[in-house]
Amino acid sequence: MRKKTDKKTGGFGTISLRRSAMSAPYLFWAVAFIIIPLLMIFYYGLTDKTGAFTLANVAAIAYAEHSKALWLALGLSLISTVICLILAYPLALILSQRKLSQQSFLVLIFILPMWMNFLLRTLAWQTLLEKTGVLNSVLSFLGLPALNIINTPGAIILGMVYNFLPFMILPLYNALTKIDPNVINAAHDLGANGVQTFCRVIFPLSIPGVISGITMVFVPALTTFVISNLLGGSKILLIGNVIEQEFTQAGNWHLGSGLSIVLMIFILVNMVLTNIFDKNGEGTVL
Amino acid sequence: MSEKLIDLQHITKSFDGTVVLDDMNLYIRENEFLTLLGPSGCGKTTTLRIIGGFEKPDQGAVLFHGQDITKLPPNKRQLNTVFQKYALFPHMNIAENIAFGLKIKGKTKAYIRDKIQYALKLVNLDGYESRMPDSLSGGQQQRIAIARAIVNEPRLLLLDEPLGALDLKLRQDMQYELIRLKNELGITFIYVTHDQEEALTMSDTIVVMNQGYIQQIGTPEKIYNEPENAFVADFIGDSNILPSLMIRDELVEILGARFACVDKGFGENKPVDVVIRPEDVDLVKPEEGTLQGVVTHLIFKGVHYEMEVTANGYEWLVHSTDMFPVGTKVGIRVDPFDIQIMNKPESEDEEAVAIDA
Repeated sequence: MRKKTDKKTGGFGTISLRRSAMSAPYLFWAVAFIIIPLLMIFYYGLTDKTGAFTLANVAAIAYAEHSKALWLALGLSLISTVICLILAYPLALILSQRKLSQQSFLVLIFILPMWMNFLLRTLAWQTLLEKTGVLNSVLSFLGLPALNIINTPGAIILGMVYNFLPFMILPLYNALTKIDPNVINAAHDLGANGVQTFCRVIFPLSIPGVISGITMVFVPALTTFVISNLLGGSKILLIGNVIEQEFTQAGNWHLGSGLSIVLMIFILVNMVLTNIFDKNGEGTVL
Repeated sequence: MSEKLIDLQHITKSFDGTVVLDDMNLYIRENEFLTLLGPSGCGKTTTLRIIGGFEKPDQGAVLFHGQDITKLPPNKRQLNTVFQKYALFPHMNIAENIAFGLKIKGKTKAYIRDKIQYALKLVNLDGYESRMPDSLSGGQQQRIAIARAIVNEPRLLLLDEPLGALDLKLRQDMQYELIRLKNELGITFIYVTHDQEEALTMSDTIVVMNQGYIQQIGTPEKIYNEPENAFVADFIGDSNILPSLMIRDELVEILGARFACVDKGFGENKPVDVVIRPEDVDLVKPEEGTLQGVVTHLIFKGVHYEMEVTANGYEWLVHSTDMFPVGTKVGIRVDPFDIQIMNKPESEDEEAVAIDA
């Protein structure tokens, strides 16, 4: 009897051992590239050059140049997120109501740019928008005045929308295709017209997708420095650029880390809001 | 049972080149409980969706009280649907679900509150106002779906296999509940199911469908006792379907033996199909039977024994409260009025003959 029990425990032990062995590669990855860097950011952010504890690096966000960059980043990423939502929602709605066979092809078309390298896409926009770029060449050929888009906040918004739009489309499309068509039929059946059905049934049921899309666009847009570097010239500094410069040019890791912590707080707030709204979404979690 | 409430005229519908309904004609009277019964893909749900306005027929017209509503969208029709998977709004509580149609119509708050209470009482779910749909069992959700439909006081309620997802016991309870509701509300029900027992239990009229054609329309008794063709006989309950020869009026030759029957007008020496229900086969002593056979299988089913009797090369299905052990030699007798004669289909395809109502 005892032998049997021993054997059984041994069996379970092997399984759990095998399971933890399978997760070992990722565990190693997470420790090496997520947890240790995160701890290092906190260490540098909360110490000065002598290694003593200080909150000065975090408080440095209050400096005019830093807070201006933060507000600009918040503003531009907010505008980009709204534009993405306005562009993506009708598209996702139309896609989700297509026949299944057409859906996958159409989704592929809209997701296709996502497979191209991010830098390549942004560089392409730079070439298009430059003072002597493709856009202005075409305009001058047509006898129209040249447009000054490059190195403006508008160019950064364009770059953000272009790069992050697929991240808005996908969660919206997912949420909308999950809605039981009979629920929509039921709304019609109970007397609701198209607009009423959208406002009272389709939109409320797609809110988890909306929240998820907002997060997936807003967070990377808030922290970007590549888009603002390439399309904003070096004149428009977002918080991402400030942090990047502290690390790469000024060599002040402490200040860079301190500002990163501030940015992380904004991202965390966003995540908490997402979770709260998702709970209100009544189980239709993405 | 007076006026025609719904009149389907020459309805034809196909999806991607496959004909689902072909020149269908059917009317539903006021206050009738009509069931569309058939195997999956027979066109019954499409018929319901056309009446509900969720599909447009390729040809033909839908009349509601004599008025053409073929092109009217669902939200403008004086009818409501109870969907197969309930289709409750998952983001609204029970009260909000039930109030949906009334709010759209702009009813007063007091009126809506009264209606919610009335409807919940009707479906035996008082006090569930603030629950969310996903916290309810399947049967409860189904009753809320019915409550949500009937508060709008529709002239006609369409039910698309509403009990399909429930277990047997609950399904039977809900069958009686639906009959009670129909009697209390006095509205017309069109019910779609593939479950013949459900259809027999609840309906005033059953429409048996197969492959886009109506096979037979009639009362449950008529459909069961006098099926018009082999498909209906086979689909509704167990049956022995035997190729036979009509010798003359009131005499039929089944497997070489002559049986008296009550049918006339099939002609003389005409090949026909005969339906005999298993409970109508009487097993007697061999010398007293019209046919002689041997019991080959015996199963106890609770209410009765189910036996298979091989006689003249055919395995007869027999239901009887008397038990005959396997190997017993028995005689088979059938009362004349228990023999149902049907015209033989001229080919396999003809099993789906169009019978215009």
